[in-house]
Order: sequence, then C-alpha cells, then structure tokens
Amino acid sequence: MSMDVKILAIESSCDETAAAVVVNGRDVKSNIISSQISLHTLYGGVVPEIASRKHIEKIDQVIAEALESASMTLDDIDAIGVTIGPGLVGALLVGVAEAKAISFAKNIPLVGVHHIEGHISANYIENPELKPPFLCLVVSGGHTHLVKVKDYGVYEILGRTMDDAAGEAFDKVARAIDLGYPGGPKIEKVSHEGNPGAISFPRAHVSKGAYNFSFSGMKSAVLNYLNGCRMKGIEIVQADVAASFQQAVIDVLTGNAVKALEETGMKKFALAGGVASNRTLRNAMKSQCEALGAEFFCPSPLLCTDNAAMIGAAAYYDYLAGKRDGLDLNAVPNLKLGEG
Amino acid sequence: MKILGVDSSGLVASVAVVQDNIMLGEYTVNYKKTHSQTLLPMLKDLADMIELDLNTLDAIATAGGPGSFTGLRIGCATVKGLALALHLPVVSVPTVDALAYNLWGHKDVVCPLMDARRSQTYTGLYRFADGKMHIIKPQCAVDIETILSEINGIGEPAVFLGDGVPVFLSAIEEHVKVPYSFAPAHANRQRAGAVAALGALLYGEGKIQQSFDHSPEYLRLSQAERERMEKMHGGD
Repeated sequence: MSMDVKILAIESSCDETAAAVVVNGRDVKSNIISSQISLHTLYGGVVPEIASRKHIEKIDQVIAEALESASMTLDDIDAIGVTIGPGLVGALLVGVAEAKAISFAKNIPLVGVHHIEGHISANYIENPELKPPFLCLVVSGGHTHLVKVKDYGVYEILGRTMDDAAGEAFDKVARAIDLGYPGGPKIEKVSHEGNPGAISFPRAHVSKGAYNFSFSGMKSAVLNYLNGCRMKGIEIVQADVAASFQQAVIDVLTGNAVKALEETGMKKFALAGGVASNRTLRNAMKSQCEALGAEFFCPSPLLCTDNAAMIGAAAYYDYLAGKRDGLDLNAVPNLKLGEG
Repeated sequence: MKILGVDSSGLVASVAVVQDNIMLGEYTVNYKKTHSQTLLPMLKDLADMIELDLNTLDAIATAGGPGSFTGLRIGCATVKGLALALHLPVVSVPTVDALAYNLWGHKDVVCPLMDARRSQTYTGLYRFADGKMHIIKPQCAVDIETILSEINGIGEPAVFLGDGVPVFLSAIEEHVKVPYSFAPAHANRQRAGAVAALGALLYGEGKIQQSFDHSPEYLRLSQAERERMEKMHGGD
C-alpha cells in the first residue's frame, strides 16, 4: 500500500475556479484553472454575483479535468482540501459545498484551508528544499501580509495593510490612467516604457505597527497628481505615472520586508500572491535578499495567481497535523490567518 | 427507482429520499441558520436513519431555481458534488413547480408566491386534473399585481402558498376578486419530498442532466448585468 498522500484541492475564493491533485504537498499532478477575468473586465473589476454564477457552472468540469490529468479517480484520493476564506462569500460557498458533498459521498477526509496559507505554501511546490522557518510577503488583489512562517501551519503576522491591498491600489490607479482591469499586469507592462523616477509619490510609513503597510495615501497622491495636471493643462505621460507609482509600491513593500529580515535575522525569504508575479518586484526583492545574504524564493507566475495546487500544498501539512473538518464546515469570508 | 430530493432555494433547508411511490424519509427545517452549515449534516442524518447506501440512488432531484441566489448555489454545488462523486444524473425541478406539487389534487388554481424582493414574486399558476399537474403559467419573476390580475382573469377560486404569502398579504386582500384560501403549515413551504416526487416524474420523461451541465435557473440577471444592460439601452 502506498504511503503517499494524494489530495484533491478546490479553490473558488474570487474569480478563478480551480482544482488540482497534489501528492505529498509538493508534487503537483494536475493544476486546472478556469479564469473568469475576461468576463469581469467588462465591469472594471470582479462582480461577486457573476463570479459565483460562473463558479457553479464550471466547478464539476474543473474537478473532473484535474482528476483526469492526474490519471486518478476519487477512489485514489486521501483527502480533499478546500479554500474556506478569506474571499467572496458567495464564491467560497460553491467550493465548500462541492467539497463537502464529495467528502460525504466518498467518505474522504475534508480539510478547510486558509487562502493566504495557500499562497504561502505555493512556495513549497517548486522549492523542495524550502522548509520553515522563513519570512513571507503575501501580496495580491485582496491581501498584503508580511508573515513569519514559524512552522508548517504556524504563522505570526508581522505586518498587514491598514487600508487597500497592494493589488487593489494597482487596480485603482490603472483605472485612473485608463489602463483598465486587471491593473497589476497592465501597469507593469507600460511601466517598462516609463521613468520610475519621473514623479515622486509619497512612500507611506505607518506609525502603528512597525511592519504595517498603507497604500491608499499613495493612490490618492496619484489621483491628485492627475487632477493637478488636467487643471494646469500639463500632459499626462501614462507610462511615467505607472512606473513611478509601481516604484513607490515596490519601495514600501521591499522596505518593510528588508526591515523585518534585518530585525528578525531570518535567512530565508519568500514572495507569494498575485502581485508576486510582477517581475520588477521580484527582481527588487531578490537583489535586496542577496545583499542581506538571505535566500530568495518565489513561485512561478502560474502558482502566484489563485490556483488549487497551492491549496493542496497547504492542505497536506494541515492533514499531517491531524486537521479534519466536518460536514458543517462553512465559508468564512473574513477569515484571519491562524484561525479555522 | 430511488431518488434523492434537495431544496435550499429559500429559508427552508430540506432533503428527502423517495423510492418508487414511497417517501423513505424527509428532513425539513425552516429555521434561521445557514444552509451551508445544515444541508449536508441533515442529509447525513437522514441517510443514517434510513440506512441509505448512496450507491443505490438512481438520480438526484434538486430545486433548480428560482430562489435565493446563494441558497440555490449551496444546494446546486452540494448536488453537483454528490452527482459527480456518485456518477448520478441530476433532475432540475423548477422551484415553483415543486412548491405547487405540495398541493397535489387541490381543486383550486394553485398559486405559489415566493418573495423575490424588489417588490416582485417568483410565481406561476397550476391546476390538478386527471391525476396530473398542469401548468397554466410557467414559473416567472413578476410584480405581485401582475399575477393577481391573471388569477382574477381566470375567475376561479385560488389557493396561495409560499414565503411570499405573508409578504404580499395586503396586496392579495386588496386585489384578488375570486374566492381564495391559503395552504396549511405542512404544505405551504418548500419540501424536498415534493421535489423528489416531481423529480421522479421528470426523470421518467428523460428530463435529466449531467452534473457538469447543471446550474441554477435564477430567472434574473445579476444586478451588475442588469445595470449594464440598462446603460447600453439608454436607461430604458
């Protein structure tokens, strides 16, 4: 009998319907993602009700594809991991109800997973040598967390955003300079043609909590700059605004990360989350780590976006720790890391 | 022929198992608690109580909408997960039809009223004759006055049921010109027994779906889609 733990993972917290089969937390046998991005682009952002409707249409197909690509059936699966939060409640509920039904029908153990824990665990997949403790910066459309990963499933949050998430600020600024949704990739693309030193946007330093972030002031500064230009008839150079804004965000993110690396003395650093696929941020963080003699880790872009393979990786360590959830498992839209 | 019925389209959460023409069990709860936490534990309790081997089921019938968007999706995802895992076909039973089926054999025109918010109701009109349910007006989302004036137009006694009854009581009292009555407590809300029984009929007619193809019939666009359509059509 095989000692391998084969996990079917399901993720539906925002606008990607995803399922994956992951063996022993690190070996991804399949990773299927059905993205709704083109649909939400029409509305300039994710519409929760539309996202939920799309999840329910796609979920069975995505799960079946994940099993088929892994050349497995549900009879091979040892546990089901599912994202329970944080995220859009209606979207989360689709994955949670589906996972519970499969768990009940096939008598397979169920493990509820924290979405951010999933993002952090994405780093385990391509880096077999990576083990806790390490420092992790999770940056996405909904989250900006600086986390000390003390052990598998054991986290200490050193800092978080006090207002907008970094990715949210990207989306809002992209809208303001007519780049559209999703903001992150679009700002990064035009930034290559712009001067990151053209405009000096403020780098907010949050007094409360040494490692906390704030991005709403920066976003307002961009909006004020744009208004000022329009009133004075100054031409707005889209690429310069994008590059300068992106640089400001990266300075704040890397600034806190470096401070935490220095003060904790940790020697391993990982990036995670959708914004971690931003190449300029990756390069900046990588060179900061090199300067400090810390090892740098970052998932490839496919594992940075919302996906189920990362949920399977996180579920594996929860499963090993004996975590099991019942049929009354619920979605928790504002779940905090370390709860559930 | 053994069929599982599920309804979480409204405030009621309900599961039932019907075998041939016998209801083996039904578990119905009309109490404020999220269906997400209750529906599957209820099914487990029912299955344990009637020693149900899930592998002996032939189909799953579900209240396929309309109803509360989230409620419908909890039921739908549960049913899709079960159907996927057990390789079962899904029978999508129109929610309003299943509500009407609670009053099988009633001599009056049957009018289920579900509270659809925005001063609308999910409703339809039904008649029982020749041992069958006949659909006079298929389920739809309309203003309460619209359905009430259709009932007046038919000119026959009517019976109302559903969670829309208390909501639209004064409109009923004001507008309905025909004799009318209200269904009693045991038959005036969603019940999975009715979903399963009607589902068995639809199954016999070959009206089945694969789990992949099943999703709720909302009878309504999302707010964002509606507003976008209105904008595109000049606010008309």
